[in-house]
Amino acid sequence: MSAESLQFHRDADRLTHDLQHRAWIQKALGGYYIKRDEQKAKYTDWQQARSSAAAAKYEAVNHLDKYLVELSDKLAARGTKVFWAADGAEAAEYIASVARDAGVKRIIKSKTMTGEEIHLPQALEKAGLEVVESDLGEFIVQLRGEPPYHIVFPSMHLTRGEIDDTFQRKLGSAHADTPEELTMIARGVMRQKYCEADMGISGANFAVAETGHISITENEGNARLSTSLPKVLVSIVGIEKVVPKLDDLAVLLPMLATAGAAQNMTCYNTLLGGPRQPGETDGPTEFHVVLLDNRRTALLADAEQRDALHCIRCGACLNVCPIFKNIGGHSYGTTYQGPIGSVITPHLRGLQSWKHLSFSSSLCGACAETCPVKIDLHHHLLQSRRNAIAQMPVWWEKPIFSGFAWFMRRPGLYRFAAPMLRLAAPLLHAIRGNDIDPLSMWTRTRDLPPAPPQSFKEYWRDKNAKR
Amino acid sequence: MPNGSREKILQRIREALAVKAPARHLAGAVTGLSDHRPQDWLPPVPSSVAERISLFEKNSLDLKTEVRCCADASAVAIELAALARENAWKSIGSHHFVLGNEAVSALGLPVVFTDQPYETADLERCDAGISGCDCLVAQTGGLLVTSASAGGRVLSVLPPHHVVIASAAQLVGDLADAFAVLRKNHGSPPAFASFITGPSRTGDIERILVLGAHGPKKLTVLLVQA
Repeated sequence: MSAESLQFHRDADRLTHDLQHRAWIQKALGGYYIKRDEQKAKYTDWQQARSSAAAAKYEAVNHLDKYLVELSDKLAARGTKVFWAADGAEAAEYIASVARDAGVKRIIKSKTMTGEEIHLPQALEKAGLEVVESDLGEFIVQLRGEPPYHIVFPSMHLTRGEIDDTFQRKLGSAHADTPEELTMIARGVMRQKYCEADMGISGANFAVAETGHISITENEGNARLSTSLPKVLVSIVGIEKVVPKLDDLAVLLPMLATAGAAQNMTCYNTLLGGPRQPGETDGPTEFHVVLLDNRRTALLADAEQRDALHCIRCGACLNVCPIFKNIGGHSYGTTYQGPIGSVITPHLRGLQSWKHLSFSSSLCGACAETCPVKIDLHHHLLQSRRNAIAQMPVWWEKPIFSGFAWFMRRPGLYRFAAPMLRLAAPLLHAIRGNDIDPLSMWTRTRDLPPAPPQSFKEYWRDKNAKR
Repeated sequence: MPNGSREKILQRIREALAVKAPARHLAGAVTGLSDHRPQDWLPPVPSSVAERISLFEKNSLDLKTEVRCCADASAVAIELAALARENAWKSIGSHHFVLGNEAVSALGLPVVFTDQPYETADLERCDAGISGCDCLVAQTGGLLVTSASAGGRVLSVLPPHHVVIASAAQLVGDLADAFAVLRKNHGSPPAFASFITGPSRTGDIERILVLGAHGPKKLTVLLVQA
């Protein structure tokens, strides 16, 4: 078992037994289910909308070279510097060099999961820069030194009391009772940071090839401020974020809002196509877009699972996943949690180290059903299981099955052994799940049905004898 | 390294795409995808102006955007003065635009104009930002701003109260219509454009809605009917 797998099992075991934690997550998601269904009901046809959204992403992902070049050229035409990064190290190195050249000291960052994926904040801090998260949830988990719990709701596992504690400890703020008061404390801290920062970092939800824009979706306004106040702006964009046409956003933006946060439309959806232009009085004077591969091309090369690159990171599959709801976001040990994380992490970080995520699924299909861009998530989990086993077979599986086949082909032996097993049944029941039970891995959490009084063969003989 | 690993990444992509992916999303129930505009599957938008206004008002109510209808330009000045009184504004940020010029100067308050060089700190101290927009969107209850229509990139998001003055003629159906307006007004979509759909909000603490997370706590639309 890989170290990642051991860690996963340990954490999942601990959190699954934490009933309070599970109840908290259930409660946090309860409101989402109701509002999401209300929003979906407003659609003329949600299923057709899903197909349309999937079609736009399919077109983009399957002509990725063409659309990336178009995007890059259009961005450059307005004075944006486009950098193509093969991996996280290249991206972080480039961003640090941009900061160095511009004499940057303080960075204000809005939410970017792609930045999390390549540990960008840590890399920049190592380069001696101050990096502050401006998204409220990200700010809270940053203060606590934790990774985000959920790709959309990073602090959903925390109560107001825990957040109050963190603020008092780290910010020296007064005790606060309500989410409103706590939010205002963060707002006050952040206002100053926006004005002081000389570099902003953002992610992107989409990138429009046709017009050369990145599109950023948010509710708080922190991305608007982080992308317009500092003099230098860097946006980090996974190469799969591209869509062909501006009109594609007419469908994708509302669907992202509905699937992700049960909203009609997210509060701010911002298109950025360049630094401050002639005639503009504000906005960054330098704008860099970093297009990041970081093994996305490896996933692209798997045609069977390629549609996982359609993902718009709405988090809907996490919200409905029975596994996520029980083991919680931190157990995954990945940047991307839930079903989509279980599908893409083995591609991004290595199949053998992360195959346990594919096996940790009930295969119920709730994820695939809820996905707004129709990614075939639960089948991809099955395919990953198959691929993992084909690559590295389990050594004892073959001898076990040949042994079983050998036994089943010998009726005499079978007739002799079956009653033995029936006789042994009380003993098996007595030790079931104990340390001395050789099958305890299986029987610890499962019932052992009582042995029938006779075998089918005996039953059949008796039945025909009575007639 | 002006472009970084551009050629390497494009090479990897081209190799990967040599194998075609199944278009699984097109299988099954979907019929006539190409006969419709994709946005036709979204929440329906009525075609008459009066119905669109009422849909915009209904969506605004859900979003906690305040909509005040004004019969004409003079009514705008009266409503804006009322807002200034109710919220005890001491200074405001604004820019020069036809629908707002008169009403803004009638307030007699100090104004930071953001369509000319300005200090961020001065705007940050303002009680409200008053701007125009490119269009209002009935389907979402939102509005679309650009640097040209709303006095730059910051005015609509930094002050704690954002007031938008727009005419009913600027109301469009959905986001695709809004993109058409962008193209009409600017030739091609400009370097900055943002849909604003309600006042700034967060649910990051216990999934409880709080307004004014980082952007404006209040959003008011003065809708000029004439």
